[in-house]
Amino acid sequence: MEFSLWYLGLAAAFGLFMAWGIGANDVANAMATSVGSKALTIKQAILVAAVFEFAGAFLAGGQVTATIRKGIIDASSVESNPELLIYGMLAALLAAAVWLLVASRKGWPVSTTHSIVGAIVGFSVVGIGVDSVHWSKVGTIAASWVVSPMMSGILAFLIFMSVKKLILDKKNPLKNARKYVPYYIFAVGFILALVTLLKGLSHVGLDLSYGQSVIIAIVCGFITMSIGIYAIRKIKVDPELDADFRFGNVEKIFGILMIFTACGMAFAHGSNDVANAVGPVAAVVSIVKTGVVAQKSSLATWILLLGAIGIVLGLATYGWRVIRTVGKNITELTPSRGFAAELAAASTVVIASGTGIPISTTHTLVGAVLGVGIARGIGALNLRVVRNIMLSWIITLPAGGILAIIFFYLLKGIFYNGPAV
Amino acid sequence: MGKVKFGLHFQRGQAGRFVPQGNITMSSSYLSGIFGKSPIKPLQEHMEKIVSCVDELIPFTEAVIAHDDEARAKHHLNIVTIENEADALKKELRLRLPSSLFMPIDRRDVLEVLTMQDMVAGSARDVAGLIVGRDMQIPDSMADGYKALVKRCIDACHKAEDAIRELDELIETGFGKLERKRVGKILMKLDVIEQDTDEKQIVLRGKLFKLENELHPVNVMFLYKVIDATGEIADRAQRVGSRLQLMLAR
Repeated sequence: MEFSLWYLGLAAAFGLFMAWGIGANDVANAMATSVGSKALTIKQAILVAAVFEFAGAFLAGGQVTATIRKGIIDASSVESNPELLIYGMLAALLAAAVWLLVASRKGWPVSTTHSIVGAIVGFSVVGIGVDSVHWSKVGTIAASWVVSPMMSGILAFLIFMSVKKLILDKKNPLKNARKYVPYYIFAVGFILALVTLLKGLSHVGLDLSYGQSVIIAIVCGFITMSIGIYAIRKIKVDPELDADFRFGNVEKIFGILMIFTACGMAFAHGSNDVANAVGPVAAVVSIVKTGVVAQKSSLATWILLLGAIGIVLGLATYGWRVIRTVGKNITELTPSRGFAAELAAASTVVIASGTGIPISTTHTLVGAVLGVGIARGIGALNLRVVRNIMLSWIITLPAGGILAIIFFYLLKGIFYNGPAV
Repeated sequence: MGKVKFGLHFQRGQAGRFVPQGNITMSSSYLSGIFGKSPIKPLQEHMEKIVSCVDELIPFTEAVIAHDDEARAKHHLNIVTIENEADALKKELRLRLPSSLFMPIDRRDVLEVLTMQDMVAGSARDVAGLIVGRDMQIPDSMADGYKALVKRCIDACHKAEDAIRELDELIETGFGKLERKRVGKILMKLDVIEQDTDEKQIVLRGKLFKLENELHPVNVMFLYKVIDATGEIADRAQRVGSRLQLMLAR
């Protein structure tokens, strides 16, 4: 194919740029709750984010990547002109990355997922044709954007209610916290491991049966649980902390739990959002390599690695400052509710990752926070801001789409010399 | 489009409130925007102010009984000053409670409790104002009884404050049953104290009745008024409690 090296180079560059943008801006939303509730210091949060974003992207990012790469566009529609898909995917990447950059600068609530999906749908409708889009798949994805915040909200509500019943609303909350918090830690390890094992690991050479996966996930749960128990044992009760507010020491134990849910959150975010950067790259790479729009070929490991590295780069160069800023402003969330929101959001996102559905981590987290609020756990929530975040896709989808269309025709004008379409 | 524009406007307002430290130009601080300012802390701070205002009545009363005009003036001024400070806190909190806030307690209940708290300080100011305004003396035979009444009324205010202090724990436990019971117990004690102040008022009025022939009639009238106004402090403290109870019942 003509210009193959160009295509590969551009794809890698745009993909890295997008991943950088995700690491620089998006990760903050996943980590800020932990920093805000003082479960993690900034340094710890950055370390956790780097390690678990990377792990999530690399180990569990494959399913959503496959959806972005070949689930939204019907490949048969571009069989005669595979280059069109290359331009489109490059344009979508650039569009989403640029939109993310602009919106973040302005402080607008945007979701990378909405940007990239809008961009892909946009270029394929205008550049290829309305029939080129798998509308049923897009419909499923759009529905999941409504369902995922609701699901994580309900989960968060139930988790917080269970905390209330088991720990907070008891005669001796401290004793009960020591007793029950390890089980929540178990849940974090178990859920993350299970979803990853069930869906993700064939590309790193691990093919496990369902039973094996469950057993390993249980083992993972117990390992995290014992680390948690050890950490909880090390906590010394500080009577001064309870002088004014009787739950000071209880919150310290939830702080341990929140370290684990923060890891889960970073992992979940990496697993779902890396696809926004590397999905289009994977599509370009497979067309360039095979010359056709292959639906069967599997994902090259280095592409996921590229995305994972990009996210960590974004985090290291810029994201840590955003985490600090956002974290500083979230002071009303104590670990006992922060963990409930994070566990619910992380579980929802990871399940979506396992099923290959790209969802917005931020929306899912906002849904979870609202769930805790409905359980009467949070002093005050700003419904106006919640609404603005939830409605942001109304502008993000067309913005991503229009930008992608512009870039698509630009790239087509530069590179295309095949038959007119 | 309109909605989104609204959102952008809000972001700017938000940025004005939380000025990020350092020179960060790019930030996605919209997430932190979903957490509104909880009214609980300001409500508790307001109550703290109210109680410190009411507390001034003890040295004030002692000064009145000791005929120490200088000390009386000083503590009267303190009462007025603290009451004004509490007023400022009240106004600030009212402004900070937009109806778009989603809270575990009803917004109207918060405002009602706030009003009740405010009225407690108001009656302390009334008592001091009455006494200073007419340069009143408490008859010697009533002095101890009146001091005891003032102290008991202030006890009621402290109990009400204890209950308001529990709001932290109420939120923390998601308004758990146990915590609500705990608050209920505090409020029951508040009721007992309030009844006690009623009895103390009856005794005092009896004493005053016996003195009626010895005192100037206008003074007698106003002494009755002072007793009433003092009892009102405990009444209003109790009303703070019952408003809180209503808040919990929802």
